[in-house]
This record gives sequence, structure tokens and C-alpha cells, in this order.
Amino acid sequence: MEPPAVPEEEEEDEEGAVPLSMAPGPVGCQLFGYVGIEAVLDQMKIKTMKTGFEFNIMVVGQSGLGKSTMVNTLFKSKVSRKSSQPGQEERIPKTVQLQSITHVIEEKGVKMKLTVTDTPGFGDQINNENCWDPIIKYINEQYERYLREEILITRKRKIPDTRVHGCVYFVPPTGHWLRPLDLEFMRRLSKIVNVVPVIAKADTLTLEERAEFKQRIQENLKTHAISVYPQEDFDQDPEDRALNDRIRENIPFAVVGADQEHQVNGKRVLGRKTKWGIIEVENPAHCEFPLLRDLLIRSHLQDLKDITHNVHYESYRVRRLNESNQLGLSPLNGLPGKGEASSHL
Amino acid sequence: PLCPPVGRAKSLSPEEVCDHEKQYVGFATLPNQVHRKSVKKGFDFTLMVAGESGLGKSTLVNSLFLTDLYKDRKLLNAEERINQTVEIIKHTVDIEEKGVKLKLTIVDTPGFGDAVNNTECWKPITDYIDQQFEQYFRDESGLNRKNIQDNRVHCCLYFISPFGHGLRPVDVEFMKALHEKVNIVPLIAKADCLIPSEIRKLKERIREEIDKFGIKVYQFPECDSDEDEEFKQQDRELKESAPFAVIGSNTVVEAKGQRVRGRLYPWGIVEGKHGAWEHWEEGQAGMGQR
Repeated sequence: MEPPAVPEEEEEDEEGAVPLSMAPGPVGCQLFGYVGIEAVLDQMKIKTMKTGFEFNIMVVGQSGLGKSTMVNTLFKSKVSRKSSQPGQEERIPKTVQLQSITHVIEEKGVKMKLTVTDTPGFGDQINNENCWDPIIKYINEQYERYLREEILITRKRKIPDTRVHGCVYFVPPTGHWLRPLDLEFMRRLSKIVNVVPVIAKADTLTLEERAEFKQRIQENLKTHAISVYPQEDFDQDPEDRALNDRIRENIPFAVVGADQEHQVNGKRVLGRKTKWGIIEVENPAHCEFPLLRDLLIRSHLQDLKDITHNVHYESYRVRRLNESNQLGLSPLNGLPGKGEASSHL
Repeated sequence: PLCPPVGRAKSLSPEEVCDHEKQYVGFATLPNQVHRKSVKKGFDFTLMVAGESGLGKSTLVNSLFLTDLYKDRKLLNAEERINQTVEIIKHTVDIEEKGVKLKLTIVDTPGFGDAVNNTECWKPITDYIDQQFEQYFRDESGLNRKNIQDNRVHCCLYFISPFGHGLRPVDVEFMKALHEKVNIVPLIAKADCLIPSEIRKLKERIREEIDKFGIKVYQFPECDSDEDEEFKQQDRELKESAPFAVIGSNTVVEAKGQRVRGRLYPWGIVEGKHGAWEHWEEGQAGMGQR
């Protein structure tokens, strides 16, 4: 980036201006009045509110770990696969299937097109080897789709984004260590998508057991060099780093999902009514669901999308374009079809 | 001559003895004699626990027998587990209560169901059970049968995960491989994470699937028709609550001013002697009769 051209004749030194020959970057200027540059933030907000957001989330884990309930609890509406197929009995499919459901939800004028991809059958078979392959294939297919749109000569104004922005991985609350299946999955997928591991059905663990389990999981992740979201490498500045470090101390979040309301102290809360007390899902003393919700929605939603676009998608793109170069095909002619170039994850 | 009902050995009072002097032969005391001899000899019981790791098997075994069999256990982490096959580990402990000696052997099966590929992971277990039968058979056919060690597995507690919607494929295959060789008692593990309606639904679902796949789980023996109504009611409740939903605890917590075995959560305390736990104790009594 070159510094903006300043005419040679200008000799008036403004405060803080540095002579052009020594300027490392754009020249800083002092404003002597209100210009209204900050109004661009409002303009951006209005524009994005009009166009709306897209957010694609994937939930992975063995059956019965509360994935569908968790998604419903997160978005406070019936957006899960089960809610769109009511009355269907739970059957474990023989192979891993991927089912995506899209809903448009709205809050205070902001529209979000939410796509939830569920993965029934993952980890449920006796032999679970390579059960992560269909998932990897799906994620890469979404990148491929975006890449093809991007590479067209006449592109759409807004490329529909079906790429998976976050993959929430449900770890069963054994209290011991991560299982071989958990490690295999997270190792492979954290390279192509943002993986957010959570401890499912955490109401099984006492606070002590929970702390020990988390510590062991963090050790496991470190030993196997698995980098889950928020990844340390992508912290942009010290402020980000401090915020993300606090989050990283608590990963994986111990969550409990619930879709029923109960009365507690005169208020209606989402929770589970057991024989021994009511577990309030949004009470930070009971479980860490609020932390997960804040991470996925309230604070890091845009960050998840940015990292997906700037990091994961870019590395996919680089791989694919290199492949097409090796085959001697120019990118302008379009990429080789899927049958010709084999993706080698 | 009058015989006291079997299973409830009553000792005759001196008056009753005088009354029946003339017709009385005296073999009514046989149950007592058997009882005394057994107490002297002590009992052998081999219990196998099976299920994925992290379902609370060790904690439950410790709660059941109120001892700490797994004091120095080291939890294997994933690396150590990756190349493992299912192991068979025996812990033997001599327990005594009110003069009755029990030689308890717990057969643990770490590694079961933990790998990515669990095909035939029950094979080491069926092999072990067959080996014990084989050994007993040889001993029985041998010349010196004085001190035969009975290492046969008397009962297998199979822990079903409470997080699923019923039986998983690995649960079904395991039970089908073992139901003809050993008494299987299926349990729903870590039941404190389920609310009562979920427990009911899960039990129904599991019972349906057990029927559907033709799995023969251990049936508690029918009680005699001349037992009193209370006992019969207890027996019915016992049978209806199978599979038992259990909770184990190694820790003692304060609850309502008392110290009880339980689990302390931020939203409440799960105490022993409560609901599901009671079912477990009844089950234990039921198994003891066998």
C-alpha cells in the first residue's frame, strides 16, 4: 500500500505529519471539525439489516446427546431437524447422513437465514471408521460451490453462502478423557472448519468432575495439536487475545439444553425438572450454556464467518487452484470437474 | 409333618417342638443346617461389569459393596487406549457382614466399546466366560473335587448409556452374544441426568428393543404363591422397574443435616436411598437369592 500522493509544493507542516520520504504508511491528519465519517457505521448497519445475515451451523455427535434440543435452545425456536419432522421415531441410520434445514428468524428488524446441518448416524455404529468422511465431503462441497460462483466472469452480486461457519462437536460426559473417535474427528475437521467442542448433557457431572474433565480435554487437545475455535493463531490484536484467552480457558463449555419452561422464584425459566431440583439452562451457576450462546451468537458470530471466509475457504481455494494449475487448466476456463481432480483430504 | 415354607426358614420354638413330638421327625431343620454350613463355608460370587467407559461402572461397584475396589486406578487416556483391545481384569475381595463371608470377584472389561472400530469387541469377554466354564468342567470331571474353585461368571451387569434413545447397535450385539452364556442384568447408568418422564420412556424403549431382538435378560424368579402380599407386591415392582436406572456415588455429602452417600450439584443433592437407588437395592436382594 503506497502512501497517498502529496504534491511536492506542500510545505505547510500539519501537526503530526511526517515528511513523505520517511512515511511508513498513510499520513495521519488531524480533523479540525466534525466530518461525519463515523456515520458510515450506521450506513453499514442499515445495509446489512436490509440484506440480512446468513449463518450456517453444523452439529455433530452421537445420537441422544441433545444436539437438536441444544439448537432449539440456542435460537429459542424450533429450528432443529426433529422439530421439522415431528412424530418421527428416533432410529439410528446405518450410515452417516447429513440433513440441512433452513429457517429465517428475525429479531429487532435483523433477519437471519439460519441453516442447521445435522449429522444423524455419526459415531453410532459398531465400526465407526471413516464416519467423518461424509462430513468432510459436505464441507468441501460447500467451499467448492462458493468457489465456482466466485470464479465466474459475471458473478452474482451476493454469492449465496452455504459454507459451514461453525461446527459444534458434542462430547459425551464420560468424565474421563476424549475418546479415540473424538480425537480423530476433531483433528481432521479443525483443519477445514471452526470446531467448537462442548460437553453435552453436562448435568451428569458435578462441578468438580466437570473441572477435571475439562482440564483433561484441554490437555488432550494440546497433546494432539488440535486447534479449536477460537484459534490462537488468528487473534488479531492484544484485546482480541485477552478476550479469547478467557474463552479458551473454559473450552469446552459444559452445556445443558432444555425446551421446557418451569417456574422458579416466580419467573419462568428454561430448564429441566429433576427429582432433586430444577436445572436452569441460562443460570451460569448451573451450566455454561450462556457462554456458548454468547460465543456463537452474541459476540463471535461475525468472527466465525470471517475466519471461515478468510482462512478456511482461502486454504481450500489455494489447494484447488494449485490443482487446476498442475493439470494445466487455466482458472478462467473454470475448474476441472470433481471427477477429474481428486480432492485429497 | 409340618414343614416351614421354603425360603423363610423359621426355627421352631420349644413349645411347638413338644406338641409335635410324636409325629415329628425333625428334618424340618434341614434349611437351618444348610444355612449354617453355608455361612461357615462362605459364598462365592463373580460379578462382571461391562459397558463403555465413563458410565460409572467403577463408582457403582464401589457404592454397591461400600468398599473402594478401584482406589489406585489410573484412567487411560485416548492414546493409551487406541491400540488396546478389551482387557479382562479381576478384582477379588473378601467381605464379611454379620458373620456371613462373601468372596466377591468383580470382573471388569475396560476398553469395551471405546475404540473407533468396535467390531467383535465382545469376543475377549465371551472367550473369558467360556474359559471359566471349561475350567469348571475339567475340575468337575477330575479326581479330586474337594476344593473346586467356582470362577464362573454368575451375573453380568451391562451398563446402557442414558444419553441415547434406547439400545445402541453395540449394546444389542453384546447382549446377543452373551445372553446364552451368562445372566445379563441391563442397567441404565448415570440415571441422575434423566427426569422421571425420560426414565420411563427410555425403559419402555429398552424393553421393547430387548423383546424385538430376542435378547434373553435375567428374569427374577417368580415368588411362591404362599408368600405374603407385601412380598409379592415388592416382587412385582422389582420386575416392572427393570432395567434398573442406577446412580453410584463414592462421596459422602451433607444433606438435611445428615451425612449420606450422594452427588452434590448446584441445583440439588442426589441422595442414596432415593427412588432409583432403592430399585438397585431390591435388585441386589433379588440376585442374592439366586
